[in-house]
Amino acid sequence: MRKSKRIYFWLFAINLFISAFTFGGGYVVVPMVRRYFVEKKQHFSEEDLINMAAVAQSTPGAIAINLSALAGYRVAGIPGVFISCIAAILPPLIILGFISAFYTVFISNTIVAAILKGMEAGVAALMVDIIMDMCSMILKKHSLLLSAMIPISFMANFILGINVAVILVVCCLLCIAQIFFKRRTKNE
Amino acid sequence: MNNIWRLFFIFFKIGLLSIGGGYAIIPLIQEQVVENTGWISGKAFTDIITISQMTPGPLAVNTSTFVGLQIGGIPGAIAATLGCIFCGVVISLFLYNFFQTHQNSAYVLEVLNGLKSASLGLIISAAFTIILIALYGNKTFEAGTLFTTLNRTALFIFFCMLLLLRKRKTNPIIIILLSGIAGFIFYLS
Repeated sequence: MRKSKRIYFWLFAINLFISAFTFGGGYVVVPMVRRYFVEKKQHFSEEDLINMAAVAQSTPGAIAINLSALAGYRVAGIPGVFISCIAAILPPLIILGFISAFYTVFISNTIVAAILKGMEAGVAALMVDIIMDMCSMILKKHSLLLSAMIPISFMANFILGINVAVILVVCCLLCIAQIFFKRRTKNE
Repeated sequence: MNNIWRLFFIFFKIGLLSIGGGYAIIPLIQEQVVENTGWISGKAFTDIITISQMTPGPLAVNTSTFVGLQIGGIPGAIAATLGCIFCGVVISLFLYNFFQTHQNSAYVLEVLNGLKSASLGLIISAAFTIILIALYGNKTFEAGTLFTTLNRTALFIFFCMLLLLRKRKTNPIIIILLSGIAGFIFYLS
């Protein structure tokens, strides 16, 4: 009982903390979850994290919230989901509730703008760092199809502007087709 | 009361339709709160997006919180945010459980592998946008002005932070704080 209370408290505090420092889009939550859930507390492995990130990215809604919910679920079941979600939406609520009264002053503040411009570069570095690690984990599988899918889905989205849902469905179908043909050639 | 429920359902719809997250969600919210309901003016919506990017938290959550605040105060903000995250969290849990229980099926495993590669590609796409905004100040880049419009200060901060991450595995929160301090020092003078 005491142990579960302690884990609930940790989940709440860590999600509050992560959410309060999520600058520059929700993706930066992936390296943060890795730091606290995988490296510090070892609640799950890095492979698990990539699975969760894939699920969080492939379902509707914000990847940050979906990932926090899944991490909470892994650590403490359904109560963990509620705790993580509440903790993740509290900082924006408090900060925006405070700012909304005088947001025009906030937007035009040069100090705020300078700090945020600096943070943009930091967030870019965080993204490059986690992408390098995630890529090497997928390349390690030595599957040509899975490795080729990374640059192809990147180009399909970034250059051609193809809808995310379409890219995800096509990649799933390709994987199913591959396994289907592999089995057929084996049987013949 | 009526508005609170409408906020919940409108953001429920937005949450359900926004696969991929990030910037893809902005036109969806704009359509609902500016064009369909007329709750927010076009100018105010631009401000809301700017504020949502300046404050911590995922963009979708910040935008729904802020629109909710404008329409229905604190209860409105809570209703809009819960509506926005509800579908994603429920579907994520189902999908994750499905993959966990069918781990032994070769097909399910292969689909998960496909999703992993594809979503990594999509994360790289989002990261590219983030890098362009950080180094060039906007989302599009032109080959001709690749060097002249490059923000060298941003590039310097970027490489210092990347070095810390690769060599010393510095805590992500420390990275964000350090780069904020660097911005304060370099850009304010």
